[in-house]
Amino acid sequence: MYDPTVARLTYRALLGRRRAAILFVLPALLLVIAAAVRMFAGADDQIASDVLGGFAIATMVPLIGVIAGTGAIGPEIDDGSIVYLLAKPVKRPTIIFTKLIVAIAVTMVFSALPTLLAGLILNGNGQQVAVAYTIAALVASIAYSALFLLLGTVSRHADVLGLVYALVWEALFGSLVPGARTLSVQQWSLAVAQKVAGDGAVTSDVGLPLATVLLVAVTVAATWYAGQKLRALKLAGEE
Amino acid sequence: MTTIEIDHTSRWFGNVVAVNDVSMTVGPGVTGLLGPNGAGKSTLINMMGGFLAPSTGKVTLDGQQIWRNESVYKKIGIVPEREGMYDFLTGKEFVVANAELQGLGGAEARKALATVQMEYAQDRKISTYSKGMRQRVKMASALVHEPSVLLLDEPFNGMDPRQRMQLMELLRRMGAEGRTVLFSSHILEEVEQLASHIEVIVAGRHAASGDFRKIRRLMTDRPHRYLVRSSDDRALAAALIADPSTAGIEVDVTEKALRIQAVDFGRFTELLPRVAREQGIRLLTVSPSDESLESVFSYLVAA
Repeated sequence: MYDPTVARLTYRALLGRRRAAILFVLPALLLVIAAAVRMFAGADDQIASDVLGGFAIATMVPLIGVIAGTGAIGPEIDDGSIVYLLAKPVKRPTIIFTKLIVAIAVTMVFSALPTLLAGLILNGNGQQVAVAYTIAALVASIAYSALFLLLGTVSRHADVLGLVYALVWEALFGSLVPGARTLSVQQWSLAVAQKVAGDGAVTSDVGLPLATVLLVAVTVAATWYAGQKLRALKLAGEE
Repeated sequence: MTTIEIDHTSRWFGNVVAVNDVSMTVGPGVTGLLGPNGAGKSTLINMMGGFLAPSTGKVTLDGQQIWRNESVYKKIGIVPEREGMYDFLTGKEFVVANAELQGLGGAEARKALATVQMEYAQDRKISTYSKGMRQRVKMASALVHEPSVLLLDEPFNGMDPRQRMQLMELLRRMGAEGRTVLFSSHILEEVEQLASHIEVIVAGRHAASGDFRKIRRLMTDRPHRYLVRSSDDRALAAALIADPSTAGIEVDVTEKALRIQAVDFGRFTELLPRVAREQGIRLLTVSPSDESLESVFSYLVAA
């Protein structure tokens, strides 16, 4: 199911491109904000939760997910180089699964790790806030990677669509419109975080059982469908 | 011995028919797929390579369906026309990755790089390669598993004459070894030099099939059209129409010229100057009016 050569090519493609810079900029920004907040406001559980929930989980994780998820396959389909993977006796679902693992790993490293560090800077993990949000970031990394990998497989405008989803749906609607929150990876992952954190430190609009079911369902369905799409991917010529 | 069989295959994109009811068998040796740009050559190659499903009909490799069948790639090597190829890797890294995906390793990759004579630049990034070098590394990536079928889409595009000769030599050798080599081109001379067998595709249809002599004859024997201006068009027309090498002559009054359709190319080219000299007529313009590749090919469709 996992092909080390596909993984190596995907890592190099992801981290070697210019847009990989965003992978470093966003976490750096989070750490700067965390440090500044701690300096000016001191250690405060509620503020820590607001910063991690409002910036790390609502904005940074989905953006990193878009870059890693769509970047793991989109550019290869765009420039046609995916043909070198497809013209091999390698199962197409194996290619998708491997790219998913790579996207998840990159998203976790660049979103969950900085979230943990920022949490420690903000309030030293008081009320388990840092750990809770880190777990939310880890969980969200999986679902976002699967979703955006699928998007990268089916659309040539995957990054734009991904950004719209991440910024408009997750960040804007997810925080303003209550109904939209049920269908939001962010809220599902917060439901998991809620379980870990001290009372009231983290809140989610979705119950843990439902959130777990939806997270697993979305990840599995998106991965399966991406594998199917890749099997039938048409590399139409220039004609 | 591996054979690709295309059986009453059509492929359309929306309302556009790219390949129209084509049947052909591609066997061992070098086959040239000849046709003007946009004739459907790439669509056909994409179907043979398993990257496109036929809308109707069947494309098979030794009886096995190619579409949605990854196992055919153990036998098929593909050299795509598009340039995208992991530019951030070195040539060697790229070929090694291709070998690994075939379940092979560094030894096979080294051999393939030696076959295309790219060892000298194998440690440079692909992004620094010239078009000919990229083409050769693509070849190496397709050769790592010594496939019995090699499909190449416009492999000579952008190559200089020396690289072209090297690649032709390599393909000839592979054909002689009993591999099934198919390449597409829109240049007759290219195909003629290399292919023992030629398939001609025009406007999505299978126009002709045979060895290069047969195709060449079809192309030179077709009716040729000429635009001729002379000191006495009508006298010239009268003298020419008496000969069986011309099928029709029109006096174009607005252009002040003759439009002549010749059916016997060799005889007509000898007849025209002789008749003019005998009649004391001066030829002012003699120009072929349908020498474009498309018109040559479209004649073949009717043949």
